[in-house]
Amino acid sequence: MTKAGPASVEFRNVSMRYGSVTAVDNVSFAIEAGRLVTLLGPSGCGKTTTLRMIAGLEIASEGQILIAGRDVTRLSAADRDVSMVFQSYALFPHMSVLENAAYGPTVKGLGKEAAREMAMAKLALVGLKGFEKRYPSELSGGQQQRVAVARALVLEPQVLLFDEPLSNLDAKLRRRVREEIRELQQDLNLTVAYVTHDQEEALAVSDRIIVMSNARIAQEGAPRELYEQPANAFVADFIGDANLIDVAITRVTDGRADVALGPLTVSLPARGLSVGPARIAIRPESLLIGPAADAAGLPGTIRKCAYLGNHLDIMVTTAVGELFVIQYGSREMLPEGSPVSLSFAGSGVTLIPPV
Amino acid sequence: MRGSTKLALLLGWLGYGLLPWYLLERVSFSSFGWLAGYPFGRAGSALALALSGQAPWLLPVGLAFALATLGLFRRDETAVARLLMLAGAAGMALFFAQGFAIGLKGQGMPWLAALLGGAGASQPGMGAGAFLAILSLLLLFCHGLAYRGYCKGDLFTTSAIGVIVLLIGLFIFFPVATILESALIDQNGAFALSAFTSRFFDSSIWGLGCITANTNCGVAWNTLLLAVLCGVITTLLGLACALLILRTGMPGKRVMRALTVLPIITPPFVIGLALILLFGRSGLLSNVLYEWFDVPRSRWIYGLPGVLLAQVLAFAPIAFLVLIGVVQGISPSLEEASQTLGAKRWQTFRTVTWPLLRPGIANAFLLGFVESMADFGNPLVLGGNYEVLSTKIFFAVVGASHNQGQAAVLAIVLLGFTLGAFWVQQRWLGDKSYTTVTGKGDSGLPTPLPRRVSWLAGLVILPWVALTFVIYLVILIGGFVKSMGRDYTPTLEHYRTGFSIDWSRGLFFDGAAWDSFFTTIKVAAISAPLTALIGLITAYLLTRQRFAGRGALEFATMLSFAIPGTVIGVAYILAFNVPPIEITGTGLILVIAFVFRNMPVGVRSGIAGLSQIDKSLDEASTTLRARSFTTLWRVVLPLLKPAIVSALVYSFVRSMTAVSAVIFLVSAEYNLATAYIVGRVEAGEFGLAIAYSSVLIVVMALGIGLIQLGVGERKLGRRKLIALSGSAAQPIAQGAAS
Ligand SMILES: Nc1ncnc2c1ncn2[C@@H]1O[C@H](COP(=O)(O)OP(=O)(O)O)[C@@H](O)[C@H]1O
Ligand SMILES: [Mg+2]
Repeated sequence: MTKAGPASVEFRNVSMRYGSVTAVDNVSFAIEAGRLVTLLGPSGCGKTTTLRMIAGLEIASEGQILIAGRDVTRLSAADRDVSMVFQSYALFPHMSVLENAAYGPTVKGLGKEAAREMAMAKLALVGLKGFEKRYPSELSGGQQQRVAVARALVLEPQVLLFDEPLSNLDAKLRRRVREEIRELQQDLNLTVAYVTHDQEEALAVSDRIIVMSNARIAQEGAPRELYEQPANAFVADFIGDANLIDVAITRVTDGRADVALGPLTVSLPARGLSVGPARIAIRPESLLIGPAADAAGLPGTIRKCAYLGNHLDIMVTTAVGELFVIQYGSREMLPEGSPVSLSFAGSGVTLIPPV
Repeated sequence: MRGSTKLALLLGWLGYGLLPWYLLERVSFSSFGWLAGYPFGRAGSALALALSGQAPWLLPVGLAFALATLGLFRRDETAVARLLMLAGAAGMALFFAQGFAIGLKGQGMPWLAALLGGAGASQPGMGAGAFLAILSLLLLFCHGLAYRGYCKGDLFTTSAIGVIVLLIGLFIFFPVATILESALIDQNGAFALSAFTSRFFDSSIWGLGCITANTNCGVAWNTLLLAVLCGVITTLLGLACALLILRTGMPGKRVMRALTVLPIITPPFVIGLALILLFGRSGLLSNVLYEWFDVPRSRWIYGLPGVLLAQVLAFAPIAFLVLIGVVQGISPSLEEASQTLGAKRWQTFRTVTWPLLRPGIANAFLLGFVESMADFGNPLVLGGNYEVLSTKIFFAVVGASHNQGQAAVLAIVLLGFTLGAFWVQQRWLGDKSYTTVTGKGDSGLPTPLPRRVSWLAGLVILPWVALTFVIYLVILIGGFVKSMGRDYTPTLEHYRTGFSIDWSRGLFFDGAAWDSFFTTIKVAAISAPLTALIGLITAYLLTRQRFAGRGALEFATMLSFAIPGTVIGVAYILAFNVPPIEITGTGLILVIAFVFRNMPVGVRSGIAGLSQIDKSLDEASTTLRARSFTTLWRVVLPLLKPAIVSALVYSFVRSMTAVSAVIFLVSAEYNLATAYIVGRVEAGEFGLAIAYSSVLIVVMALGIGLIQLGVGERKLGRRKLIALSGSAAQPIAQGAAS
């Protein structure tokens, strides 16, 4: 069998409607071959539907889907070179681990021995040597998940899909398994589309992230880009925390904007915005707390201060509203009501369009 | 074109070009006289007959195949798709047009026949060649649809949908439509609405003589009264029994379970027969009452009381099975919640338990109602002067008057009643079933019944259980004594008459019952797997595939459940007695009747089973490049074993015990056990009838055991899963809950 190698995936203006419900609305994106791209968004935003359209389990109502440059829009799942790891794993309960893993090559008619060999190789890859004879009901959640991955890998698909693969695992295991998935993807040079609602998981594993909201793409980019340059309030708020403040841009020169923020005027990259109302997103760790005497800062008073081990969660009341501040490292607790002055760190303060 | 499409095309040419187009009688493989003149003549192929001018109306069908064959030379898939759809659709239309236009002399549709070039011609019923041809045309059309992208381009799915729709159309809708048609034409075959109305509103059907004057009421009212009484009483008994078993510490639960299975493997009229032996003029108990208490012998058992008693005994277990499911489905935590909110036991029962039970109760009632309407055996045996629709239909067909038009009208009335009940059930209960089973382990103890309810329930079911017990005793010993009620000398005479085997000249089954017995086994053994297959495939399509008209298909399959057997029987003889499908008197019609009578239960148990199998398993299989047939075969079927057992058991048992539909369809050559027994009863040979019935019961019990062994347990890991169908009776309850 010649290996097809990883393939690119492209969506062109794809929509999916179930009766009156629009699950995916005019979405376009591209996944480069050999990359891990995450579909991230809150529950119900259409991630699973998008993934299922890549797999061919749903046929798009509109638009075009290309895999490796070939139009597969109307091709059924069985005709696409795409495998999927299901959220529930969907292991066949009446088959042993080996039979599960060998299912793909078996139904493809590759012969029992060949199928067995391919399955064994992939089971070894995910560290399940010696578990071949067990049944899914005799495995732990993490082991079941590996069987699901091995089964999906056996046919060496052009594209591998994961639908919230970690949601049935406990917190500790989640970290480890996501690292393993990432390593596997890089070692085998796979094209992976990965669905999750957990932004930390997305930041940790992805080459690129597609943030979805209400059946549409809210923003697409590298993890760092999304965190540092959120395109809108939704992304700013969904990836990490952000203080969102309504402001006014007073002047734009050379791509930098002067922004009136309470008593202060701050200069920020304009990001294409012009004079008028705007919003800024300030990461809580980008707000620095200094002594009240600092006249260049934004004056405020401490309303609440909580100790959380490696950092402090602080709420500060200011002229532009209540701001959420995080201070890392061991710091003194700040007494309620004490006056402070807030200044901004070099990054983590971004202009975004008004609502 | 893909391989399977080529295969379908090949099948078509085989059927059209080689096989005998018409149905042949008396095909033998030792002497080949029937082959005379092949490829022309009686056993000729369509191609030869069409080209030689003997049957020019078959030529257009051949052109459709030729058109489809052109697809072999086209590369472009959309062009092939269009070609196949055109050839398939046109071919099917032409096929049916010639079939219905040209039949026996003087029948069919003369104008259409003339159009097809067969004016004044006649032709016999279709046979193997025609069957293959229509199957091929259908497949070609469905493959064309798949090439166009329907059902995600899956050939198996579109083909399966096509086949199921065609089968339901041919064997359910066509016969029922034929009934309607023959109700609308008079004795001379002319369309006559007035004949219909005068028959329909006849006082023998709707008369109210029993209230206004001292005569009999119309047969419709008789049937309705019986059905309502039967529904009420079976429901009460079933409920009492379910509550007692689940909500009290009453002993004997196992016995109850066994007692509920027995009536299901008992041919329905056997209960009636046993009642005659007990309560008839010279019955066992009548004798006792007469000799000990001087109660005069009477014929009270013949008429409404007897029929009702027999039906209650026969159908109460089904109500019980439905209701035990409903009672089990009420989550104890709901009742506990009510109690923690301060409600007393009786209040909890009234405000929580009872409202949750209500839909199930309505269901059980409707079921008893429909079963009573459809019952044929008991009214036949015990009815006396009390006429009901099913028996009246029977006598209209086989009686001296031989009035098919009247039978059709009566069948329409009966169908109206059962469809009405079905409609009420769907309308009123459709979305009102409060199932509270979540699939999650639900701890908590069910609230025990309030004491007065337990006492009442116990009082109600005790006589029932006792009577059931006595009846089976009668069935057991009835076959081994000379004559129940008169002469209790032990004898094997009845078994010898029915089942003696002569070893003197090798193995020779010379008992009177062997013929019908073997036919029954054969028909049941053939139809059970077919029923299961068609039922499960339909269930798979309904639950796992999305396609236009899915709702209609589901409705159609369930509708066929509401058609009483008597109606199906009449419909089949009306529809299949003449070309194009002329199969009355064959074994085939028996098989077909059973398959389509029992299919809804196959569908139901399939749907129930499939709903427990996570859909992502199918999808996982699909993403691993398995086509839907492979998925069905490797993933769904193994997990569906319990449902398969249910469907097999049900259709096997029903095929062995059914009377109402097949009594019209049996022939001298293909007689069935039940029809034979009914004949014995009518001839007064009770001993043989009882003996034969006992044999059937034993055979069915064995059959059920064999099926369960053969299909095997569903294995999920090392632990054995508790089979979904705990008992053989389960499928009945499932079918019932539809
Ligand atoms: N088969 C379906 N029928 C109707 N609506 C559906 C179906 N599948 C998904 N939806 C709807 O589409 C939307 C997106 O669903 P999904 O893609 O599963 O979201 P998620 O991002 O949580 O994976 C939801 O509003 C959901 O209710
Ligand atoms: Mg989802």
